[in-house]
Amino acid sequence: MRALNKNTVWGYLFASPWIVGFLLFGLYPILVSFWYSLCQYDVLRIPQYIGLRNYRELLFEDHYFYTAVWNTLFYTLVRTPLVIVGSLLLAMLVSKAVRGVRLFRTIYFIPSIISGVILSVLWMWLLNPEYGLVNSTLQFFGLQGPLWLIDPRWSKPAIILMSVWSLGGGRMLVFLAAIQNVPKHFYEAVEMDGGGWWARFRHVTLPFISPVLFLWFIFEIIGSLQVFVEAYVMTKGGPLNSTLFYNLYLYNKAFDDFDMGYASALAWLLFILAGIITLIQFRVSRKWVYYSGGVGK
Amino acid sequence: MSGRRHQDYLIVGVMAAIALFFLLPFVWILLTSLKPEAEVFSRSLWPSALQFDNYARLLDKMPFWQYLRNSVLITAISVLGVVLSSSLVGYAFGCIEWRGRNFLFYFVIATMMLPMQVTMIPIFVIFKELGWLNTFKPLTVPMFLGGGAFNIFLMRQFFMTVPASLLDAARIDGCSELGIWWRVVLPLARPALATVAILTFMFTWNDFLTPLIYLSDQAKGTLALGLGQLAGQQQPEWAVLMAASVLMMLPVIVLFFLFQKYFIQGFTMSGIKE
Repeated sequence: MRALNKNTVWGYLFASPWIVGFLLFGLYPILVSFWYSLCQYDVLRIPQYIGLRNYRELLFEDHYFYTAVWNTLFYTLVRTPLVIVGSLLLAMLVSKAVRGVRLFRTIYFIPSIISGVILSVLWMWLLNPEYGLVNSTLQFFGLQGPLWLIDPRWSKPAIILMSVWSLGGGRMLVFLAAIQNVPKHFYEAVEMDGGGWWARFRHVTLPFISPVLFLWFIFEIIGSLQVFVEAYVMTKGGPLNSTLFYNLYLYNKAFDDFDMGYASALAWLLFILAGIITLIQFRVSRKWVYYSGGVGK
Repeated sequence: MSGRRHQDYLIVGVMAAIALFFLLPFVWILLTSLKPEAEVFSRSLWPSALQFDNYARLLDKMPFWQYLRNSVLITAISVLGVVLSSSLVGYAFGCIEWRGRNFLFYFVIATMMLPMQVTMIPIFVIFKELGWLNTFKPLTVPMFLGGGAFNIFLMRQFFMTVPASLLDAARIDGCSELGIWWRVVLPLARPALATVAILTFMFTWNDFLTPLIYLSDQAKGTLALGLGQLAGQQQPEWAVLMAASVLMMLPVIVLFFLFQKYFIQGFTMSGIKE
């Protein structure tokens, strides 16, 4: 009993940095954020309780809110499958044992170490309609490239293209590790039955890597919902609000207008959405995890 | 046999074509940064003369050395704080049996899914009340308080591979828990420490939002913030911007080639890119 108590004291002592951090910068802010979302608050004066007015205004009067939601959904729904399928294809390609494959893996991975503001600035120049590398390359093949970040129809695809370039290689390594964990004799069984590469992929690779695939699908969605720096640096939300993403709108409300109550309501709606997605993940992943544990080990 | 060979050549050909997609932007950016100003707005790929004027002009455009100093300082303190505190907390969750451990670990995991926007505004108010705006404290002090859920998780996973018999032997020899952490576990955990240090370096070096919120004073800015501001000007000077980007990428790329293994470990274990 004494030993147990001693351990408990040590446990809490070692964990204390996190416990303090969690209370101060996790739990307390979450609660206060909800309180702010029910208030009018400009940081200078004390928060004034106004009930659900922020939420009502957001949902029923603020068309920027719906623009931001639409832009963010578009970004998430187009980017997620592109990144997942693209990096899965890459992973399958570099899982082939050919000469030089290690070098190619490294090359594909390098863009993954570039992120945030550097990535954005590089791509502003790469996507320059007249002198950028992208349109110069297209022209080399006789194609007329779009205006990218200047054209409201192409601004979101432009940012998606950039993130596929910068995320593909990193995700590729994740999927490659999963593919390499598939036991070889399963492939041999399919080959004995006369199955080709599609049968091998469909009946062996895909089921085996599906837990990893699914997990990263969720990460990708949560990550996409948070897009901010790219739009802040590259377009400031334009042209014509076509890249006004959710978090950019939230940032503008909080730190340009200092409408902290309204911004907190925005944050809470996002929180609820992320919570729902995570919940779905847990419910579905329970099946997946059981499945892979049953067959794999 | 020869059919197989041909197929291999085809695969390598496809791989090389894709490699161009990933590599060409880097080459082109480097060339832009070395071009004379007049040639930036031309379609020719290769500059008539390689020169470093854009790098020199960058020094007039932004207080580069000041920003570099700030970025290095903030990054160094953050890495120290995260490695220290996440290894302490990881030890609590991975190496000690205590009541409440599993319960609290659920909270660690739960905070991984928490969008930072939810806590951002109240934390801003806290730091404002403390009078910490325009200081480095909002960027560095929180790093000593746990070091982030993912890093704790990574440390714990690694520490759990240390055999319990080793820890028990040290305990029987009269070693305190602090002593075991420092003398037994940390030396074994060098790969985990390196992975966490590298991820923290990358994150802090590139971080844009936190300095944007807390460091509005020109003299306090970081390189990431300065680069963003430079890019936001009405008529961006692309050659100078590319020079700035190359300089900012340089330490990241050098680190990558020195510690490739830890980079890859960090990236395959985390969804940290966003």
